[in-house]
Amino acid sequence: MIDPIRYPDVSFADRMDLVDFRVDPDRAHITVDGDACQGCTTKACVVACPADLFVPRADGGILFNYEQCFECGTCYLVCNTEGAITWTYPEGGHGVVFRRT
Amino acid sequence: MADVDVIVVGAGPAGSAAALSVARTGRSVLLIERGPFPGSKNMYGGVIYGRVLDSLIPHWWEEAPIQRWVTRRSTMIMTPTQALTVDFRTESWAKPPYNGATAYRPDFDAWLADHAVAAGAQLVCSTTVTGLIREHGRVVGVRTDRPDGDLRADVVIACDGVNSFLAKEAGLYTHTDASHFTVGVKETLALPREVIEERFGIRGTDGVDIEIIGCTDKIPGGGFIYTNLDTIAVGLVLQLPALAAQGRRPEELIAQLKAHAAVAPLVEGGELKEYSAHVIPEAGFSMMPELVTDGMLVAGDAAAMCLAAGIWLEGVNFAIGAGMAAGQAAVEALRLGDVSATGLAGYRRRLESGFVLSDHRKLSGVPSLVMSERAQHTMPQLAANVVERIFTVNNPRPKPGFGRIVRDELTASGVKMRDLVKDALVAAKGFG
Repeated sequence: MIDPIRYPDVSFADRMDLVDFRVDPDRAHITVDGDACQGCTTKACVVACPADLFVPRADGGILFNYEQCFECGTCYLVCNTEGAITWTYPEGGHGVVFRRT
Repeated sequence: MADVDVIVVGAGPAGSAAALSVARTGRSVLLIERGPFPGSKNMYGGVIYGRVLDSLIPHWWEEAPIQRWVTRRSTMIMTPTQALTVDFRTESWAKPPYNGATAYRPDFDAWLADHAVAAGAQLVCSTTVTGLIREHGRVVGVRTDRPDGDLRADVVIACDGVNSFLAKEAGLYTHTDASHFTVGVKETLALPREVIEERFGIRGTDGVDIEIIGCTDKIPGGGFIYTNLDTIAVGLVLQLPALAAQGRRPEELIAQLKAHAAVAPLVEGGELKEYSAHVIPEAGFSMMPELVTDGMLVAGDAAAMCLAAGIWLEGVNFAIGAGMAAGQAAVEALRLGDVSATGLAGYRRRLESGFVLSDHRKLSGVPSLVMSERAQHTMPQLAANVVERIFTVNNPRPKPGFGRIVRDELTASGVKMRDLVKDALVAAKGFG
């Protein structure tokens, strides 16, 4: 096993800051129905979202932010609570923009 | 009244190939992209096989924005402490017409879209298609998020990617099963060009593609490392429900792969330039939707045309092939004056007679075999243990025979002979 100290990984916040997100200030393209999440025990979105956008709340709900979203679809695909996650694409021109050379 | 003959939704490889095929016949075609430029939303695990482009853009290799030509292909079987690699290299892939190439998708997709525009397609970026316009059950256009954004066409070609809301809205998918999808996560790491060439044993614009099995804990999936000119891409594909159930996050699993003894020396010191993620339709033929409805065709990831068959991992070529077929079928239907599902049936016929559906049909059993517990964990451990014992010199004991080692390790692994035979039959059907 390689000593992890020799290869420090960048923090998650720094990792996400490297990505170009053109955030739409007016509209969240994903909404989470906190009430629907109350009965969910798996919280699959919390583990699987590659951008780590889903945070469990103390009251059993989910805190969600849409700004640094890859628009991949993982969250709604793994969600097993009907209607908990409403997913659309951001307005044209907004959202993630992957890098050109 | 239609605004244009054809609307193509999504300027990825499928959409641009479709728009290019339509535009070349002189028909009017609108290519709608939600990102600020084609490719801006697109990410992949890495290799483009360009043979499908030969007929579309002759000598494409002289102008396409390629990073490196893959001349070395490694398949690595990994356990936490072992790695067994089959490493193939050929000089013939280093010269025209080449085989596989690495490229950044925002570069490559924008290049292909430029060809569609040059042929006469009208590209509209920063515009999200929000739904279909249907009349009497027939698709007659799309709604967009532009003011007065309804657009009408005789044929709509949906190349709107893996989440294809258009194919779902049109009722072409009967159900969605999360286990048919993986999420691909990738780090792009900058390293000096000479360091990449040194570490990967390549020169000039030669490149390496390393595919890894056994590096995803208990999650069905795999890993990859690709070389670009002055970056490398390292990442994982992870089956969605298993990822969620296991409880370890994707970036932790990448960090674990990067720390493996077989990978760490390749990626050491690489500076993270970008982290990215995208969902992949992984189940091939068995998850494909209906491809045609009245007034509409579906192509590329939107139709799950992604081949994840173990040794063959392809998608961009299938998207381009399907896009070309969709464009040709749309033009044919327009010429005959019948854009119903019957008039557009030439699309499926073209796919069936070409590689797109032939490959998927032939290999339909392989994706689930590759994602099985045996292929993912038991066999890698078994193979690595057998090789380790063969190469371990255990003097003063004499060498055991291969047969003895294999029998011992088979017993230890718990793999039954009938399971091996069953897997071999599936593999023989697909690969034979």
